Amino acid sequence: MRNTFAREMTVLGSEHDGLVLLSGDIGNRLFDDYKRHFPMRFLNCGVAEANMMGMAAGMAQSGLRPVVYTINAFITTRCFEQIRLDVCYQNVPVVIVGVGAGLSYAALGGTHHSCEDIGILRLLPNLTVICPGDATEVQLALRASLHHDGPVYIRLGKKGEPRVHKTPPEFTIGKGIRVRAGDEVCLLSTGNMLPVAVDAAAELERRGISAEVVSMHTVKPLDEDLLAESFWRFSAVVTVEEHAARGGLGGSVAEWLADRPPQRARLCRMGTGDMFLHQAGGQDYARRYFGLTSANVAASAMRLHSLTAGRRHRVFV
Amino acid sequence: MTTGERDVRQVLGERVRPLLEGAAGGPDLEALAAMARQLRGRLVQMSHKAGTAHLASSLSCIDILVAAYWAVLDIDPERPADPARDRLILSKGHAATALYAALAYRGFFSTDILDSYAVAGSALAEHPSPGCAPSVEAATGSLGHGLPLGLGMAFAARLQRTLNRVYVVLSDGECNEGSVWEAALFAPAHALDRLVAVIDYNKWQATGRSEEVMALRPLKEKWAAFGWSAHEIDGHDLGALVRTMRKVPDGSGKPVAIIAHTVKGKGISFMEDDNDWHYRAPDADQVVAAFEELGLR
Repeated sequence: MRNTFAREMTVLGSEHDGLVLLSGDIGNRLFDDYKRHFPMRFLNCGVAEANMMGMAAGMAQSGLRPVVYTINAFITTRCFEQIRLDVCYQNVPVVIVGVGAGLSYAALGGTHHSCEDIGILRLLPNLTVICPGDATEVQLALRASLHHDGPVYIRLGKKGEPRVHKTPPEFTIGKGIRVRAGDEVCLLSTGNMLPVAVDAAAELERRGISAEVVSMHTVKPLDEDLLAESFWRFSAVVTVEEHAARGGLGGSVAEWLADRPPQRARLCRMGTGDMFLHQAGGQDYARRYFGLTSANVAASAMRLHSLTAGRRHRVFV
Repeated sequence: MTTGERDVRQVLGERVRPLLEGAAGGPDLEALAAMARQLRGRLVQMSHKAGTAHLASSLSCIDILVAAYWAVLDIDPERPADPARDRLILSKGHAATALYAALAYRGFFSTDILDSYAVAGSALAEHPSPGCAPSVEAATGSLGHGLPLGLGMAFAARLQRTLNRVYVVLSDGECNEGSVWEAALFAPAHALDRLVAVIDYNKWQATGRSEEVMALRPLKEKWAAFGWSAHEIDGHDLGALVRTMRKVPDGSGKPVAIIAHTVKGKGISFMEDDNDWHYRAPDADQVVAAFEELGLR
């Protein structure tokens, strides 16, 4: 995702005169190509996220299109007030891009984990929250964000994630993308867990359960039409994210559900727990620690499916 | 005037023509002082009527705002959104009444609108909200936000070649915030010499002497050490304010910091340097006393 982001920035630099890239002293050599083409429109803002975010807002107020980039954990919680006030309260089109979603940087320790960002940012009025599922979605999300009249947060994984989309899908902010069709259970994945959800669907298929997979790249605004359809069509809906299930996509869907009459499908939320991870270990280890594996996602979906599949479908008006 | 014409003027060294130009070609200091008195009276009224705090903080920066809006900034009330306009960000947003009154009297909106200050449903809240009035350049109120915003605007001005200047008015208490010093480190590295930090140095913050809360002194030396072209002036000397604020860029290639020594509650003797007036609102008798002292009625 990271390298695709850098490549796409160079492409977009030619399309948008006002595009400015602000980096928080990371991405050594990553932006060489962009910098060669647009030396005046790159700023290394140093290790000073509050100033970087405020500056970006000031630039946007003056008509530029700033894209702010640094490590996920630091571009969200470190300068939350600047995002809240300078960017969202003033409602200016800043694109905030964090790299290292969830447990992507697990090996670097808890300081670099980012499992709360969706939760805190989706509370902010005016802000759109996008978690692309693969590199193709990164490219499409960035492009769409620069045409969006308002602030956007884009949550990147790291580099080298598997590409899920073989061809570019239609991408609209706020509309989930069906990655795989199914008719018994539905896996709603956001962000870098998409390949895990796809694997889980394959596992379910081997066990005779037909699973749909949706990339819910936009957590805010939530695709309510898709949710309404999913909770009606399927016996089970499982949200999958590398983020705390409370507050994240799972929390969003649970809130949506709470405001409605009982639905056919039941909800299971897969995410990280209410705890910090204090152990060493890479992303795979950290995912296993929190049970975020395709086997676990499949098992959860099966359990829920077995509980609800026999229930008679009732229609509520 | 197009941006191109402006460029030519800048190249020729001709500065912005002030509204209140005296006979000798300099600023009409008498007229500026009269305007400052009028605004002070209005602030006292506004605080009294609304029962709101921060009157003393507003009074301390009135001369800075009068100098800026009437004799320094290249602005036009007819075109508040002109991309090439000079910007002023009141980063100490708690002095909102000072900003509202200055903009209204400068012609950006009717002074009658000031009567709606802090009234439920009105646009003019106790801290300026985004776009609440023409020429309010930023939503402020949480401290430490204005200078980074101003930096972004100054960077945009360079990229867009508009040559405008960006003035940010901060309080000394605000200089407790780390983000101020992040911005202070950043601006000189990029030689943003059209960015100006004006520090309304009234020596108080909400609940104590600013020097006792955080070791601010020596403030001018701090800004100079950070790479700014630092000046120290009397923040109630309109002539000095106009001279120093006009000389931007000053040829040093550095951003400009103006440490403006002020008195909290300036202009009303019984409020001056009394920090109780950070929170108090004047009663009717105190309004009368203040007006007498200001020579208003």
